[in-house]
Amino acid sequence: MADDSTIGKPRLSPKARLRWDNVEKRHMLVFPEAALLLNETAAEILKLCDGERTVEQLVDTLAQQFVGADRKMIADEVTELLARLRTRGLLEA
Amino acid sequence: MAAPRPYTLVAELTYRCPLQCPYCSNPVNFQAMREEVSTEQWCKTFSEAADLGVVQLHLSGGEPVIRKDLPDLIRHARQCDLYTNLITGGTLLNTENLQQFRDCGLDHIQLSIQDTERETANLVAGVRSYDKKLTVARLIKQLGFPLTLNVVLHRFNIDHVPELIAQAADFGAQRLELANTQYYAWALENRSALMPTQAQRDRAEEIAREARARYRGTMEIAFVQVDYFSAEPKACMGGWARTYMCITPTGEVLPCHAAQVIPGLQFDSVRHQSLTTIWQQSAALNAFRGEAWMQEPCRSCPKKASDFGGCRCQAFLLAGDAAATDPVCRLSPHHEVVLAAVAAAEQEHVPLVYRNSKNSEKLSARP
Repeated sequence: MADDSTIGKPRLSPKARLRWDNVEKRHMLVFPEAALLLNETAAEILKLCDGERTVEQLVDTLAQQFVGADRKMIADEVTELLARLRTRGLLEA
Repeated sequence: MAAPRPYTLVAELTYRCPLQCPYCSNPVNFQAMREEVSTEQWCKTFSEAADLGVVQLHLSGGEPVIRKDLPDLIRHARQCDLYTNLITGGTLLNTENLQQFRDCGLDHIQLSIQDTERETANLVAGVRSYDKKLTVARLIKQLGFPLTLNVVLHRFNIDHVPELIAQAADFGAQRLELANTQYYAWALENRSALMPTQAQRDRAEEIAREARARYRGTMEIAFVQVDYFSAEPKACMGGWARTYMCITPTGEVLPCHAAQVIPGLQFDSVRHQSLTTIWQQSAALNAFRGEAWMQEPCRSCPKKASDFGGCRCQAFLLAGDAAATDPVCRLSPHHEVVLAAVAAAEQEHVPLVYRNSKNSEKLSARP
């Protein structure tokens, strides 16, 4: 079920590296031949993709982190980002 | 004009190479350029590149594994937080040096293979290397490196795209580059011998497109076009000295591998000046930045902002003027040169000129 972003314990693919970009002052995901500049939420999501947490736990952690944010909105954002990364082969599990 | 942010640095560490591929992108006169940049100068250059905004570092050549200081260069590149990729022919790799590179923080390996058939692969490489490359590809994966498999396509292997895709998947490659030969340097010398027919190209592209969908999410498949068959020029390097720089083994900072072929441009070297000064002020890098240099039909063309007039090197090589429209463009007054080259390649059967020191000296001595 490679296209179902709500299951599994996501982890960044070994070919991708999350780094802080000193020029843009934002996080950046770097992988062969390309890089994605990330907004703050996306960066926080990716930091939690450690292969230990389930997507559910990941959303819980973010909900605690972003006090006052709507859990459903966070969950949607997580699902969408993970699906996008998965199509590009940037996620495992 | 203000220099843009560079994202990619290709560091050609050496022109030395055990292979003799007749499509090599190194300059034909490489044999005359033997004084290589020192370890310290490369490290300083990597630090400056990172400060300028470079994210991707490709350690290339020649064969970069020949450099004894490669582990030190990898370690320093990682200290600068550069995503560090080794572009290699693979024949000098073994468990020991691969482990060492991994310990130094190497992010990724790009391995070239010539074909899936032993005989053609060895013929094209000019040396027996097929079996060694197969062993090395498996070793790279065993040690846990992400792998890109790169295959330069030409008349002799383009019909093997299905086998090449299967081979890459079998190796566990994350990315496969099916890169049609671009006709510069050694490849230009061998153009008539290497160019496939348009029918061969069309079939290969269709197979690659179908496979791209099939492998989505597991293996990325890139297909680099034969620009001679296109009606529009490629957006070469994403524009001259915009996001990409290439540094030669002797330290010259170029906007691409081939640019030294353009006469009248003085490329500055990191052996004499800082990379920052060169990137911002080099007259050669500023020569074709922006659009002020463009002639007709580029100047009034709506596509000039996306294709940048095509390739400056190709404009010089095929039209004799680096500021002309790339002759690949059907609007170029020199477009017939490209059509003639395609037609000639279909008829001529000429022997390969291998990329080696002897041929380099011979070709450099031409009037």
